[in-house]
Amino acid sequence: MELTHAAEDVKKHVKVYITVFVTLLALTIITVTISYLNLSVVPAIIVALIIASIKGSLVASYFMHLISEKKLVYAALGLTVVFFLAIIFIPIVAMADRIH
Amino acid sequence: MEIPYTIKARPDTGLINAKLGIWLFLASEVMLFGALFSSYILLRVNAVEWPHHVLDVPLATVNTAVLITSSITMVMSWASLMTKEFGKFKRYLGATILLGFVFLIIKYFEYTHHFATGEIPSKSTFFAIYFTMTGLHGLHVIGGMIVNTYFWGPGSKMWKTEPERFTNRIEVAGLYWHFVDLVWIFLFPVLYLL
Amino acid sequence: MEGNHSHDHHLGFWRKYVFSQDHKVIGIQYGFTSLLFLLFGFTLMMIMRWQLAYPGQPIPIIGSWLGDDRAPQGIMLPEFYNQLGAMHGTIMVFLGIVPLAVGAFGNYVMPLQIGAPDMAFPKLNMMSYWVYFMGGVTMLTSFILPGGAANSGWTSYPPLSDIATVGQTVWLIGMVFLITSSLLGSVNFIVTIVQLRAKGLTFMRLPFFVWAQFVTSFLLLLAFPPLEAAGVLQLMDRLAGTSFFLPSGLVVTGQPLNVSGGGSPLLWQHLFWFLAHPEVYVLILPAMGIVAEVIANNTRKPLWGYRSMVYAAIFLGFMSFIVWAHHMFMTGMGTIISTFFQTTTMIISIPSIVILTALFISLWGGSIRFTTPMLFALAFLPMFGIGGLTGLPLGLSATDIPLHDTYYVIGHFHYVVAPGTIFALFAGIYHWFPKLTGRKMNETLGRIHFFGSFICMNAIFMPMFIVGLAGVSRRLWDGGAQYAHAQPVLHWNEFMSHGAWVLGVFQLFFIVNLFWSIRKGKKVEENYWHATTLEWATPTPPPHGNFVTVPEVYRPPYEYSVPGAKKDFIPQNQPMEA
Repeated sequence: MELTHAAEDVKKHVKVYITVFVTLLALTIITVTISYLNLSVVPAIIVALIIASIKGSLVASYFMHLISEKKLVYAALGLTVVFFLAIIFIPIVAMADRIH
Repeated sequence: MEIPYTIKARPDTGLINAKLGIWLFLASEVMLFGALFSSYILLRVNAVEWPHHVLDVPLATVNTAVLITSSITMVMSWASLMTKEFGKFKRYLGATILLGFVFLIIKYFEYTHHFATGEIPSKSTFFAIYFTMTGLHGLHVIGGMIVNTYFWGPGSKMWKTEPERFTNRIEVAGLYWHFVDLVWIFLFPVLYLL
Repeated sequence: MEGNHSHDHHLGFWRKYVFSQDHKVIGIQYGFTSLLFLLFGFTLMMIMRWQLAYPGQPIPIIGSWLGDDRAPQGIMLPEFYNQLGAMHGTIMVFLGIVPLAVGAFGNYVMPLQIGAPDMAFPKLNMMSYWVYFMGGVTMLTSFILPGGAANSGWTSYPPLSDIATVGQTVWLIGMVFLITSSLLGSVNFIVTIVQLRAKGLTFMRLPFFVWAQFVTSFLLLLAFPPLEAAGVLQLMDRLAGTSFFLPSGLVVTGQPLNVSGGGSPLLWQHLFWFLAHPEVYVLILPAMGIVAEVIANNTRKPLWGYRSMVYAAIFLGFMSFIVWAHHMFMTGMGTIISTFFQTTTMIISIPSIVILTALFISLWGGSIRFTTPMLFALAFLPMFGIGGLTGLPLGLSATDIPLHDTYYVIGHFHYVVAPGTIFALFAGIYHWFPKLTGRKMNETLGRIHFFGSFICMNAIFMPMFIVGLAGVSRRLWDGGAQYAHAQPVLHWNEFMSHGAWVLGVFQLFFIVNLFWSIRKGKKVEENYWHATTLEWATPTPPPHGNFVTVPEVYRPPYEYSVPGAKKDFIPQNQPMEA
């Protein structure tokens, strides 16, 4: 990590961190409020997961500096996403496509 | 005998070893929690009935805010080292650790309340997956707090002798801590709101 | 001051030999521990094979040592047979082969081959070994618990495993240790290969062995966690009374189980096989890596199709994550999902064939040196071929129907792992022995070991296809003796058992050779095999830090018999002529 251009860069980053922090809190309140609306199952899941994904992306991109990470890290994470989707979706599809 | 690229990045990859290492470790953690989320989906789809309104949403919302706040204090502790402000680093990291305690205390109250009313893991697959996922997440919180406490305490001596290496360590510890927050960001709506 | 300072002067005995952070010491630790576990797992099988050959007969000599809860009057109880079966599989795969192929060979050879002073994270490396050791000890202690060791197969399917004796809980705890060790190790391997390659060592100049370890590490990193999750869930079922894997309405010995139900045994299978399928590529890839090195070196030619082999290995690793439910064709999956898995399974055979074919073609026009390592490497090729080909009917859902859970499956996977992987590992030991010790192993004993093992392994595993095609199920404690359809093929059991015991005798030639040669083996010069890869450019044995001068790489990995060159090999770190 280059400590050379530390100070000014970091000050800019701090502004971003605070913005992200406030956004995360706001999105938390929003998602909880929406849950009290008692939407039906499918819309409830979609909305909750979209909001969670936005929150997660903010944490990953800015707190974890993923937005300015190196290609190798992106490659490893990209591979992980593919297999993550496989473990999430394939078993449930296998359960759905059952011989009755 | 020195291992290269522990402080300065390797030119062609642009990474220090620990940075790549922690991201790979986090990738494995994504798969761990991914498997648990997959289990949740399977169990819920196959369930005859799935409980609603049995968990304390307001308390968990507070806990969500607690973890989010601990995430910003964590990244601020690293930023403070980047601007060579060791005192600030200590305060921010201390806050992170304290907020971790708050999270765990709230979870403790949640758990004991459930146990008192017979809502234990064996009661239903809902409580089974609830306790297992939040429990495993909680263990990860404890692990992070142990590491952070070490870096706040005895580990911080390294700031005097190898400040750049210490800053990298805090960044790496931060990545782990943010991930713990990230998992909760998904756990909270899935278990509490849906 | 830059870097990680290891205090390599004046380390006490414990820090130098026991809690060493040197990848070479750790590699040797993994090597001896895993070989001991392989021997133990092999012994378990030799005991099982008595029961299969002579069901209900008292086991000679050791029968009386086993005690009444395992073998009253020396006659093996079915419960004990099941323990032997489950632990043979578990020990061979998780305590034997992977620690040897990855922990030992990967740890010792890979940093040397990339010109690194050690692994990226030496402390983590040390922890990986000791966590593996603890996992192994945990697994072994389960044998002396009431009810004995785990007995629900290495696959631990619920509901049986959920309600099995306490040994299963210990199995799960042992697995958590082993998985942790693997995860830490895989992070270390990947970072080391990416970050610590010597100058000039581009990815496409890496020895194929390193590529194999690289892909293998990704498999371990991303496939193991779901099994860890499953292990946690099964521990919850067994210890906290949950029903993750217990369906509603389950009745055990006439009594309904007092649990919440609502769980799914298939959930375990998905999570287990999500790991266990990539696991089999973890078993084979390092072996292919070793065979590639030995073949290039002993044909005095570059590998044919190196680039194709690399791309095939990468593709193989990727595909291995999306074939797993071909182990579940008989669980009631519908045609759509079965077709998906059948298709991916057929596709994954392609990269295997590419690698095998490239290795075969690499022999063409070579000046073959029939050294002991080369004999094992050569035999690997057709043996892996048989193993792979016999997998095809298993991977097609229709033909899997009569073959699933029969001895055909056991024959298939043992061909790949035993005269496949284990032969490659033997090749590696004979090949790299001079690097570690400055001596060579005895060729005569090596040849006896080879020919004896080759014949015996075929004698054991080839009849399994016959027995399996006749419909005899696996995991039967009497080898099928009670079944009418098994009667015509029952005689093979005795034949196979004798093959197994004779195979054991031939391993003595290896064990004696190994230990004798460490002290009394013929001393040989540096780079005895005249090899090109970087591990041979260090002193013997390599010192802490490996290379006297930091190496720089100028060439691809297999510059053998280069036209116009003075010698029939050019090391990777030899500069180009000015």
